[in-house]
Amino acid sequence: MATEFLRQEFLRIEKLVKTFGGNQVVKGVDLAFDKGEFVSLLGPSGCGKTTILRMIAGFERPDSGRILVEGKDISGLAPNQRKIGMVFQAYALFPNMNVADNIGFGLKIAGMPKPQREARVEEMLKLIGLSGYGKRYPFELSGGQQQRVALARALAPSPRMLLLDEPLSALDAKIRVSLREQIRQIQRELGITTVFVTHDQEEALSISDRIVVLNTGNVEQFGQPFEIYNRPQTRFVATFVGTLNTLNATVADAGQKTVTLGGTTVTIPALPASARNGEAVALTMRPEAVSLANGAARDIVLDGKVAEVSFLGSVIRLKVDLGDNAVNLDTFNDPRTPPPEHGAPVRVGIASSDVLVLDK
Amino acid sequence: MKSGRLWSWIIFALGAAYFLLPLLATFEFSLRIRREGYTFDAYTSVFSDGRFQASFSYSLIVGICAIVVGLLIVVPAAYYVRLRAPHLRPIIEFITLLPLIIPAIILVFGYIRMYNTSSPLPLLGTNLGTDILLTLAYVALALPYMYRAVDTGLRTIDVQTLTEAANILGANQATIIAQVIFPNIIVAVLSGAFLTLAIVIGEFTIASLLNRQVFGVYMQNIGANRAFEPAALAVISFVITWGAMGMIQLLARFAPKTARRD
Repeated sequence: MATEFLRQEFLRIEKLVKTFGGNQVVKGVDLAFDKGEFVSLLGPSGCGKTTILRMIAGFERPDSGRILVEGKDISGLAPNQRKIGMVFQAYALFPNMNVADNIGFGLKIAGMPKPQREARVEEMLKLIGLSGYGKRYPFELSGGQQQRVALARALAPSPRMLLLDEPLSALDAKIRVSLREQIRQIQRELGITTVFVTHDQEEALSISDRIVVLNTGNVEQFGQPFEIYNRPQTRFVATFVGTLNTLNATVADAGQKTVTLGGTTVTIPALPASARNGEAVALTMRPEAVSLANGAARDIVLDGKVAEVSFLGSVIRLKVDLGDNAVNLDTFNDPRTPPPEHGAPVRVGIASSDVLVLDK
Repeated sequence: MKSGRLWSWIIFALGAAYFLLPLLATFEFSLRIRREGYTFDAYTSVFSDGRFQASFSYSLIVGICAIVVGLLIVVPAAYYVRLRAPHLRPIIEFITLLPLIIPAIILVFGYIRMYNTSSPLPLLGTNLGTDILLTLAYVALALPYMYRAVDTGLRTIDVQTLTEAANILGANQATIIAQVIFPNIIVAVLSGAFLTLAIVIGEFTIASLLNRQVFGVYMQNIGANRAFEPAALAVISFVITWGAMGMIQLLARFAPKTARRD
C-alpha cells in the first residue's frame, strides 16, 4: 500500500504507432511506467518490443503518438539530447578504446574535466565489479564482462532512464542468470527507471517489477509477473508466458458453471457468463496446477497413462495421456522415489479453482 | 597428394618467375652503367639530380593532399551510405568505378575545357589553381581504390550499433565519425591512402597535359634521354610501391581488435 502511495509516473507512451514499409509494427500502444520501476517488454520476434524501445531512445521516429518523460514530450528530440542510457545486445563497446575510455566516453562528450571523469570511471568500475580492468581492451574481456562494461558506460553519465535491448541474449546460460541478478541489483541501488526488452519469459518474470506482454504490435497485458503468470488475460499471454495445458470439455449447465470432462461433471468457477449449454470449451491450467492425484484438495480427478517423462533436474515433467486429452504436470524430484515409468497408469488431480477458461 | 603439391609449387615458381625475372633483369641492367663491373652509380646519379628531388617531393605533396581530400569525401560518404542509404550502394559503387572506365586522357581534356582561362572557374590560369586541379584529378583517379578500402573497413565493424551507442551517449555525427568510426577503420583507410600514393607517384598522363613536373613526367624524360637511370628509377618506383604495401601489412597489426572471447 505504501509503495502504491509513493508511485510517481515517469514515462508515458501515448498512442504510439510505427509502420515499416506498409507493415504496422506498433499499433497505438499506450503505457505508463513509474519512477524507479523495472519494466520488461516481453514478446516474440516481430511483436514491436524493440521498435518501442528504439522510439524511446530516439533511433526511430513514431508515425504518430507521443513519448513523455516526466510530463515533457521527448518525441522530437535527437537521441543525444534525451539523456537516456542504453545497453545493446551486441555490447557495442568501441573497439579502439580501452574499458576506462569506453566508460568515460559519455562524460568526455558532456565536457566533464579529466579528474572528475577518472573518478567517475573508477566508481563505475567498482559498481560492476571490474576494478583494475580499466586499461584492458574489449577484445580482452569475456562476453559477460563486456556487457558489464557496456552497462557501466550507459550509467556513467547518470542518465534519467536506462534502456536494455536484449542485453543477455548473446551470453551463455549461467552468465545470463548471474548478470541479470547483477543488473537488477544495480538498478535497485541507483533507483533508475529501466525498460528491458526480452523474448525470454523466464528472464522477464524473474527480474521485472512489471511486464508488458506484446503481440503483433499490441499490448496483450501489462502487470506484475505474478499477475501475468497466474491470471493471463488472453490466450496469447497464457501460452507465451509459461507452459499451458488445454483440456477440451463441454458445457453441461452454464448457469451452474458445470462442464463435462472425461465422463464426469465438474464445476469450473472461471466459466464465463457467455458460455452456452452444449458448447465446446477449452479449460486451461499450468502444469504445476496438475498433480498426481494423491491429495484430497483436487476436485477434478482423471485417469490416464504416462506418455512422456522429462527429467529436468529438480523437477520431473510428466505428460499424461487422458484419452481425448493430454496434460503436462510437474512433480518435484525425490531422490528416494524413481519417476513413473512410460505407460504406467496414473491418476491426476486438478483444483477447479486453478482452471482458466480463455476465449480470446 | 604429393604430385598435387609439386604442381602447386611449379605453378607458383612459374608465376614468381614471370613477375620477378623482368624486375631482376632491370635491376641487373641498372647496375651496369660502368664497363668494369656492377655499381650503384645510376642510383647515385638519380638521387643527386635536383629534378628527381623536386618532382618526387611535388608528387608526394600532391599525393598527400589527394589522400586528405579523398578521405574527407569518401569516409563520410561511405559511412552515410552504409548507415542511412544502403539502397544507394550500387549507384555509389558505379560512380566510384567511373575513373577506371573513363581514360585519364578524357578526364584531363574535360578539365582543360572546363577550367581554362576563359571559363567561369579559370583554375588553369594560376599555378596554385593547376595544383588544386591536379590534386582533385588524383582524388577522382584514386576513388575506386579509396572507396573500396573504406567500405571494406566499414564492413568489419557494426557501424549502426556503434553509431547508436555513441549517439545516445551524447555524441553528434562529426564526433562519431572522428572518434568512433574513423579509428576503427584506420587500417583500411591507410590501405586506401597507400594505394592512392602508389597511383599518384607513377601517374603521367594528367600531370603531363596539365604541365606539372611530377615524378612520372620526370621518369618519362629520363627514359627518353638516358639508358641506365630509367632502369634505376623503375626499381626505385617498385621499392616505393612495395614499401607502401609493406606499410599496409605492418599497420594491419595495430588495428583495433574486434574479436571477442565469449
